[in-house]
Amino acid sequence: MIAALIGRDVRRGFTGAAWLPIAFFLLVAALVPFAIGPDARLLARIGAGALWIAALTAALLPVERLIEPDRSDGVLDQLLLHGMAEESIAIAKVIAHWLTFAPLLLIAAAPASALLAMDGKSLATTEIALAIGTPGLAALAVGIAAVTAGLPRAGSLAGLLLLPLAVPLLIFGAADAYLLESALSLVLTAGTPFVAGAAIRAART
Amino acid sequence: MSPLLRFDAVTLRRGGRLLFEDLDLKVAAGEALQVAGPNGSGKSSLLRLAAGLLRAECGGTYRSAVALADDSIALDRELPLTQALRFWSPKADEALQRVGLAELAAVPVRLLSSGQLKRATLARVAASGAPLWLLDEPLNGLDSEGAERLAQLVEQHRGSGGAVLAASHLVLSGEWRRIDLGR
Repeated sequence: MIAALIGRDVRRGFTGAAWLPIAFFLLVAALVPFAIGPDARLLARIGAGALWIAALTAALLPVERLIEPDRSDGVLDQLLLHGMAEESIAIAKVIAHWLTFAPLLLIAAAPASALLAMDGKSLATTEIALAIGTPGLAALAVGIAAVTAGLPRAGSLAGLLLLPLAVPLLIFGAADAYLLESALSLVLTAGTPFVAGAAIRAART
Repeated sequence: MSPLLRFDAVTLRRGGRLLFEDLDLKVAAGEALQVAGPNGSGKSSLLRLAAGLLRAECGGTYRSAVALADDSIALDRELPLTQALRFWSPKADEALQRVGLAELAAVPVRLLSSGQLKRATLARVAASGAPLWLLDEPLNGLDSEGAERLAQLVEQHRGSGGAVLAASHLVLSGEWRRIDLGR
């Protein structure tokens, strides 16, 4: 059932609005030169950080549709009746969210880096950092989505929760501190399913 | 033979309100039990408790595998009906025949009427293969033909050794043992 759920969510992501966060990511990257100016050296210096900020804000966009539609439609209840634990549901959601979000983001990082006058080496290190950090970011998004599911103004609340919690990932990712970033991403990926599972369980009662 | 559902002195409280106390209940194979009672008496909560979606404050519960049809459709609205049902069970086509929706198999779920959605949720239950069906207000939205098909589904399920627990304030056609909540 976990594979079926991942497949369903990936299909829904790609037939829905998977392009939207990526378009948003590119748009944010495109806005930076307008705000900073055309100084290529300055843009290249802040490029990695700008890409990370763009990635964080882009990751925020789909949060409302990660858990809430399935909660309100009774899908989560039916998954439990089919023997899936809440934590397994959360794991499936994290994997599906990462698959619909991260590969496209990594591809989009190439044109975005050109907009920011980044050289090939900077792009490569940023790509590695994004590849390491996006699983943690996906897990964080699912965790926040589960905690805020069903709440009024959940989208705004999710932003308020997700962005500060993602700051450590941002720091280590933008600084190319791969080991620390890997450790943090691993902790988030491993720990979030338990948080999300508990939130799904609490929302049911 | 052990029952498909058993409550032993179960007490359930929701939102601080006592819904029922020391409730004993048994649903055996081949049996259909209707839980009746006024709005807010705890019928739906009893079904969710029976499904394992709620926890009793005290008392013991035993259940076999269950399938639940309530107000939530739990079907992907963008997919054709048969494809949406196949996510839950490979026996979708047969179940759609049984509820009279075979001709709508290719229609996206979002285009179905409320009565057709109700039948679709019944098809999900019928396709599940679970021995115990939990039906919350199964007549809501159904026309007379739909109600007749529901009665046939229940009879066939009982005949094949299954059991049905339905929560409804309406009179269900067929042979039902009945308990009343809120009295």
